Amino acid sequence: MSAAAPWGRPSPRLRRRKAVNLLMEALATVAALIAVALLGTVVVSVLRRGLPAISLDFFTKPPAGFGATGGGLANAFAGSLVIVAVAALMALPVGVLTALYLSEFAPKRLEQTIRLALDVLNGIPSIVIGIFVFGILVLSHQQSGLAGSFALAIIMLPLIARSTQEVLRVVPETLREASYALGISRWRTVVGIILPASIGGILTGTMLAIARAAGETAPLLFTSSLTAPFITWDPRQPLQSVPLTIFELSESPDPLDHARAWAAALALIAFVLFASLLSRALLARSRRKLGQVG
Amino acid sequence: MSAAPSALPARAPRRAGDRIADVLFHGATLVPALAALALVLAIAWKVADGSRLAFHKFGLGFVTSAAWDPVKGVFGARDFILGTAFTSVIALVLATPIAIAIGLFLSELAPRGVRDVIGALVELLAAIPSVVVGLWGILVLGPFLARHLDPVLHGALGWTPFFKGDIPSAGTGMLTAAVVLTIMVVPIVASISRELFQSVPRELEEGALALGLTRWEMVRGVVVPSARPGIAAAVILGLGRAVGEAIAVTQVIGGFSGFSLSLFKPGDTLASRIASQYQGAATDLQVSALVYLAAILLAISLVVNLLAQVIVRRFEFQRTGGT
Repeated sequence: MSAAAPWGRPSPRLRRRKAVNLLMEALATVAALIAVALLGTVVVSVLRRGLPAISLDFFTKPPAGFGATGGGLANAFAGSLVIVAVAALMALPVGVLTALYLSEFAPKRLEQTIRLALDVLNGIPSIVIGIFVFGILVLSHQQSGLAGSFALAIIMLPLIARSTQEVLRVVPETLREASYALGISRWRTVVGIILPASIGGILTGTMLAIARAAGETAPLLFTSSLTAPFITWDPRQPLQSVPLTIFELSESPDPLDHARAWAAALALIAFVLFASLLSRALLARSRRKLGQVG
Repeated sequence: MSAAPSALPARAPRRAGDRIADVLFHGATLVPALAALALVLAIAWKVADGSRLAFHKFGLGFVTSAAWDPVKGVFGARDFILGTAFTSVIALVLATPIAIAIGLFLSELAPRGVRDVIGALVELLAAIPSVVVGLWGILVLGPFLARHLDPVLHGALGWTPFFKGDIPSAGTGMLTAAVVLTIMVVPIVASISRELFQSVPRELEEGALALGLTRWEMVRGVVVPSARPGIAAAVILGLGRAVGEAIAVTQVIGGFSGFSLSLFKPGDTLASRIASQYQGAATDLQVSALVYLAAILLAISLVVNLLAQVIVRRFEFQRTGGT
């Protein structure tokens, strides 16, 4: 690029072009630094304000009764655990089977239609999904952890299905061909060869979907928000959840509530970041394994 | 890809049991696969069905009516539609250049190690739950804006309609909402544009550099043009995210029935109005009006998403058709 240098001084035009280039490179670098700084400030705020309120009681004790302060948010942690676990149990089989159908059986037309439906489902605002579940499950019965799980499962479904489909796509074609060449039936090929080869990728997608669902508040507003302040594990009852607790505490004028909101946010972020990092590690591992096979 | 196995001459499975199992397996995957389709239709139907009461009462005039008075039982969506459009557009205007610049930095400038680290951080930014961003927005960002940025904007641009009026003391309002939305949109657009820029053929870039172009001229002349439709799709996807975000916006926008061009004023978006009234809906009519808002929101997000899909499909077609 500096080819002109040995031949003499660069022309003013070239110098201007280089200056513009430098300016633009600097701007792009600054933009990237802004993004990193933003992440940094959010994480630092959460850490600095959340850490002081974290204690063992915070995770193991339900909130103290009305008027009293203190106690923890154990009811929210228990509720989130149940709601998200049930949601994953609903979404995982449906998502994986959907991806299998799309990659192994579907005629092209239908494949495109279902893929479009998954993308559309992924783009529907989560508050609308909450309203939908409110309409079909809550209006006729009552709020429940199950209704919340169903709403979260709808959010997880396209994430799991699409990521599984991507993984199935990179399973080496030679594996399939070898199996068919041995006269092995289709379902045995899928269950015995394709699924084991792609299990790492499927877990990655599921992990990411769980991380996403654990932080969702909007779908739970109408489906599992009218809760009692003690620990329940019964998904037929409305269950408190961590994101909803943060939302409610953040609207409160009381600084003590804010401190608890920060602490809950810290726990939530720690979980989400942990799940993301874990899924990255899983992905790298499954890539390596598939690479060895191919 | 998916056509390849069926293109093989499918040999008859040896055992009858396997043949039956294959058929069953086909069915067992087909039914869940149709679930996504059924869900989309069911959501559209249920939201339309739930808004029937309000639709009968207010008709399409709901969309242009500014009233929202639960006591008198009159409801309208105009201010919330305007609030949604206003905050989302500002967020996109702020986010798009930053996000594209990040994409360029990651794909063209950064050395490999830096690229992986910052790329991962940008994706982690996208993974922060919106309620945490909202918490940060109301307790940290809002007060910061009210103390430092708002007075500057008010002083310099107070004569425009956008920065008129008193500075909100708590820092809630449309400006804070727009900034919070920007933070949520940037990582989405950035990571998609990064992938687009990286998929530009290496030879084209090297050819441009070999002709003596500077890196910026190469980006402007080769990388950006060939990624332009994809960037448009990414921005539209970001718009979909901004339009549909409920929780973080509810936390910082101030919850107010009414719309003003001033960014210092509180307001509400479609999504934040639905979210903020989750426990307060007293009458069937009010519930139905909220579902009507959800129906409008759903319609907007469907249009936005399909638009992005159309652009992506056409882009892919051009790519594969061109080579």
